[in-house]
Amino acid sequence: MIEFKGVTKSYGRRAVLAGLDAEVPAGKITALVGPNGSGKTTMIKLLLGLARADGGSIVVDGQRIDGSPEYRRAIGWMPQIASFPGNQSGRQVLASLSRLRGNDAEPDLSLADEFGLGDNLDRPLGVLSGGTRQKVNAVIAMAFRPRLLVLDEPTAGLDPLAARVLKDRLARERSAGLTVLITSHVLPELEELADHVLFLSDGRAAWQGDTISLKRRTGAATLERAVAQLLAGPLALEAA
Amino acid sequence: MNAIRAIWARLQAPSLLRGPLLLAISVAATGDILLRLSGDTSTAVASILDVVLVVTPLVGLVLGTSRLHHSRDVITLMLAQPVSRRRVFVDLWWRGALPLAAALAIGVLAPFAWQRQLVNTGVTLVLSMAIAAAVLAVLSQTLAMIIALRFDDRVRALSVSLATWLVAAVLWDGIVMVVALLMADRPIELPVMLMLAANPVDLVRVMMLLGSDAAAMLGYTGAMVSRTLGTLTGRAVLGGILVVWLALPMWWAARSFERKDF
Repeated sequence: MIEFKGVTKSYGRRAVLAGLDAEVPAGKITALVGPNGSGKTTMIKLLLGLARADGGSIVVDGQRIDGSPEYRRAIGWMPQIASFPGNQSGRQVLASLSRLRGNDAEPDLSLADEFGLGDNLDRPLGVLSGGTRQKVNAVIAMAFRPRLLVLDEPTAGLDPLAARVLKDRLARERSAGLTVLITSHVLPELEELADHVLFLSDGRAAWQGDTISLKRRTGAATLERAVAQLLAGPLALEAA
Repeated sequence: MNAIRAIWARLQAPSLLRGPLLLAISVAATGDILLRLSGDTSTAVASILDVVLVVTPLVGLVLGTSRLHHSRDVITLMLAQPVSRRRVFVDLWWRGALPLAAALAIGVLAPFAWQRQLVNTGVTLVLSMAIAAAVLAVLSQTLAMIIALRFDDRVRALSVSLATWLVAAVLWDGIVMVVALLMADRPIELPVMLMLAANPVDLVRVMMLLGSDAAAMLGYTGAMVSRTLGTLTGRAVLGGILVVWLALPMWWAARSFERKDF
């Protein structure tokens, strides 16, 4: 379980998170949605320790994250665009990360097998296509058996078959207890995966709850329409 | 064809090795030419030292700034792992500073070694020059990190790096000369010392100057200060200031990295 309690963050004079109170429940797939500039990326950066909150607290599995970096051992991260060194292979990047993390265990490459990456894992990333690099990106995110997975537009650039493989894997991992926080602009895809929705607006959680409740609350048949109502503003939600 | 491919593959090796390797070869080739063309070794030493004092900060600042910007995604990936920022910073710093310092030191030493001019020129002098190049390389790498961390925009960061180099390595001696001329009727030791302390390139230049006979060839600041700082105390003070110049930017860079939002 991840909790954001009154988290504030500003860049210069621009307040991006204005007292964010939000929860990402354990063992579920949470869709992080909201308009551009609502604070989604900042929320992820704070969770990963890439940026520091100005105020409030973030708690992961009962521990505040502003101390030791050790909590990140449980996190796998798949950035939207992974610019790994082009002269290194996916296997070399994994080996470097493994050394950095001090992991004794071999990285889990089962997702690479499911993607059918084969020799591509040993070829320099610079010569791979964007889609194949994205597959490697997903393999790296899952390689260290995370308990929490943070995915930023995970299927961007993947072919339909690879996207299917990834979604099936996420569904299986969820059943095994993995917590997933996912952002995507492809809402039908999120609907397929997400149990829980966290909608950010102006740096606050304007809605959080399970997907079914959101659809019932808005009277919308699909997540896409429900989110469109949220985007129209709280009044639209009240009127629904 | 295979040989060309092999060389190209080598040049495409990690930039960690490629840039410094080319730099070492370039500096060594320049030193070799200067040694061959100069009539005597002291003239050659002065010319090589001038090259080191101008080229090292330029290469360190520009390479360091662009390297950090280029590595931003990798840094982000590393920071998302269960490692402290301090560890990532130290790793990033030495991977930049050490190869560059080694390349410059080797580039300075090599032509003296293969032309068998080490003893003739003075081993201490040549070693001092190599160390000076390494110190400037380390310092300019650290300053480059501060600049790259401060300016997210790559063009702006490179512009600031170039401006820093221009002031420190090219304009400073002229500024000191103008100040000295303006204060011709007053004691100028203290102002000159302060201006010297404010610029590590000048500091290294003067320290090198004090260990050689090339005073007249190394600029106005050097010629003037050699008269007043030639004592053991003077050298110790200069050394102390240089240590501060190495430690303070390092602390600042580490602090900037610790607080940076990536």
